[in-house]
Amino acid sequence: MKRTLCTLAIATALATPALSAPLELEQDVLTLGFIKLTDMAPLAVAYEQGFFDDEGLFVTLESQANWKVLLDRVIDGQLAGAHMLAGQPLAATMGYGTQAHIVTPISMDLNGNGITVSQSVWDSMRPHIPSQADGRPQHPISARALAPVIEQFNAEGRAFNMGMVFPVSTHNYELRYWLAAGGINPGYYSAQDITGQIDADVFLSVTPPPQMPATLEAGTINGYSVGEPWNQQAVIKGIGVPVITDYELWKNNPEKVLGFSAKFVEENPNTTLAVVKALIRAAIWLDEDNNANREAAVDTLSRREYVGADREVIAASMTGSFEYESGDIRPIPDFNVFFRYNATYPFYSDAVWTLTQMRRWGQIADAKPDSWYDELARSVYKPDIYLQAAQMLVDEGHAEAADFPWTSDGYKSPTPAADVIDGIPFDGRTPNAYLDSLPIGLKGTQTVNDGAVHG
Amino acid sequence: MTIADSDFATTEARRARLFTRINAADKWLQMLGLAWITPVLKAAVGDNPRAQLVEIWRLLLVPLLAVIGFVALWGVMAPKVQTSLGVIPGPGQVWAEMVNLHHDAKAKSEKKAAFQIRVDARNEKLIAQGRPEQVRDIAYTGAPSYYDQIWTSIKTVGFGFLIASAIAIPLGILGGLSPTASAAMNPLVQIFKPVSPLAWLPIVTMVVSALYVTNDGMFTKSFMVSAVTVTLCSMWPTLINTSLGVASIDKDLINVSKVLKMSLWSKITKLVLPSALPLIFTGLRLSLGVGWMVLIAAEMLAQNPGLGKFVWDEFQNGSSQSLARIILAVLTIGLIGMMLDRVMCALQSLFTFSNNR
Repeated sequence: MKRTLCTLAIATALATPALSAPLELEQDVLTLGFIKLTDMAPLAVAYEQGFFDDEGLFVTLESQANWKVLLDRVIDGQLAGAHMLAGQPLAATMGYGTQAHIVTPISMDLNGNGITVSQSVWDSMRPHIPSQADGRPQHPISARALAPVIEQFNAEGRAFNMGMVFPVSTHNYELRYWLAAGGINPGYYSAQDITGQIDADVFLSVTPPPQMPATLEAGTINGYSVGEPWNQQAVIKGIGVPVITDYELWKNNPEKVLGFSAKFVEENPNTTLAVVKALIRAAIWLDEDNNANREAAVDTLSRREYVGADREVIAASMTGSFEYESGDIRPIPDFNVFFRYNATYPFYSDAVWTLTQMRRWGQIADAKPDSWYDELARSVYKPDIYLQAAQMLVDEGHAEAADFPWTSDGYKSPTPAADVIDGIPFDGRTPNAYLDSLPIGLKGTQTVNDGAVHG
Repeated sequence: MTIADSDFATTEARRARLFTRINAADKWLQMLGLAWITPVLKAAVGDNPRAQLVEIWRLLLVPLLAVIGFVALWGVMAPKVQTSLGVIPGPGQVWAEMVNLHHDAKAKSEKKAAFQIRVDARNEKLIAQGRPEQVRDIAYTGAPSYYDQIWTSIKTVGFGFLIASAIAIPLGILGGLSPTASAAMNPLVQIFKPVSPLAWLPIVTMVVSALYVTNDGMFTKSFMVSAVTVTLCSMWPTLINTSLGVASIDKDLINVSKVLKMSLWSKITKLVLPSALPLIFTGLRLSLGVGWMVLIAAEMLAQNPGLGKFVWDEFQNGSSQSLARIILAVLTIGLIGMMLDRVMCALQSLFTFSNNR
């Protein structure tokens, strides 16, 4: 790693600061997949602003029906790469759900998700939430306010159901994190039972993101955890209330990544670099001048080939504010972060956090040593490709050298207690110690067998 | 005899000629669903106006009134249903959406032209660099317009239907000629005929992915998946009808062929096919109808380009215009289905010379 950096530094010093030679692309025609969510924005921006063109790439962007189809198409090569849930490359590489070596050279964003409950659940929750001086509810809202509602549901003999987008999605882990932080058990996975509902107080199930509002409206679920614009859609349709965003749950948590199959990256190193370059430029464009380009980005995203929801629904969260209860609009300038705070750098510690949550809820069945977490993170997250692309952009004058963590060893400094809703700090270097510090969830050598936690 | 009388005779002759022509055209007009033109023409030439009016009323005005009635009912009822995406759009909004999509398609064709210039520049550069082997035509990478999506669907169903016919007709002839072959095929046909496209799709996707490994062949993988699904679901009506048609040939004809010691090939081409053709065409028409229905479902589920994907995308978009666009797609699917049927019908009349439709 260090050697690569040195070579790069020397090469930079020797080369004139003029434009470097264009990359020799192994493939210049590719299709990239995405799911209709605002965090696919870097892809749409790279296309519409001509960043792909500048790299000599002819890219087709294609929306996919759901996360499963998207992953399958990357594995069988119909898609060169895709906008993915951070957990998907990790799970696929370790063989959970499907087995394929997927890697990611770039993260796509921070934050951007929310948890929404139906209007009637909100009405029952509201008396348990303290109010501010102006009468509006005090944020962040703890899941403790939800506990009495669940009790009421159980007393009436009804199950409390919530939706999330995929078993290994950030949304699943965020919803579970929020519930567990409020003392509610969201249930465990085991090798035999992959519904994730063992010992559950709340029953979580999979619904594709764009169908969340319709499913909530139909009453199949009482709440959900999903990316934008599908929380704002519930507010505007008057069917639900977002109670918390993931920014309040864990400040600047990693979200989507761009996933490629390892085979593709191996066979097409320059094409991969070119795609990463274009996406870094798109991320810079989305965040530059204090989010000045966000309105234009909203126009692009609201076109039917991208997200396609109404403009105001997308704008509600993309332009620095978030609407909770209808009319309760609060500023969250960092709700969608595409480049600031090194959002695009694929940190190993981000991968480790996702893996700890897989272990916490039983998707990783047995205890693993800390080194296992580190090795898996390194086989999936590829910051060296990222830095190489960043260096080229700096050489070409498209990016500032100061914006990239050149000397990082891939681990973020530990997340302080104040940045997390339950006040439990996270250090990616010590996943087992972190797991042991969480009140609900598997610890040490515990396993889930025959529908119960052992050990 | 006066000059006027001779004039009268020529006019009469001309009218008679015109009627013959109108009657000849009537056969074609009926096939195209434009039967109402005949009485209009006849009336124009001066046939008994009252009789023609009755015909015009039945063939043109009644269907027209039914359509107007339906549109009016839709316009009145739609605003009464409140969904979370707003009220159900009426005919006006759907029309407005059609206009929007048309403008969108025009804007896209301009972008496409700009894209072509970029591709040409790339190719010229490659030639200048002495690498002509890398020169190639790159298909437009932007989002397809509504018209593009319609055209994709029509191409896919056409291709799938051709494969289906190429398999089903020979198999059907075999089954019709040989009771043994028929007995062998019968259980398989019975089992596979009712299988839904949604059940075939996962198998087809896996098999096509395994067999069709190249990504830059003549067809894209998604096109092959949709087309093969159409084939699997739509071949059965042709197979069954062909076999039925072949099996029910007049016994005398078979005896004649034996007396003449015809070869198998001339027996099939001279006797079997001509007499089975009406039923074969009935089968083909049914197959094409099934194929078109299946295609939309397959595109929706697999997200393969075409009208089905358009509908699914709009359902997912959930914007205030989505419902109007979905209704527009439904009408488009219906109209194209009807046109496909008419085309098959016309082909049938061309090849069979009978009144059997």
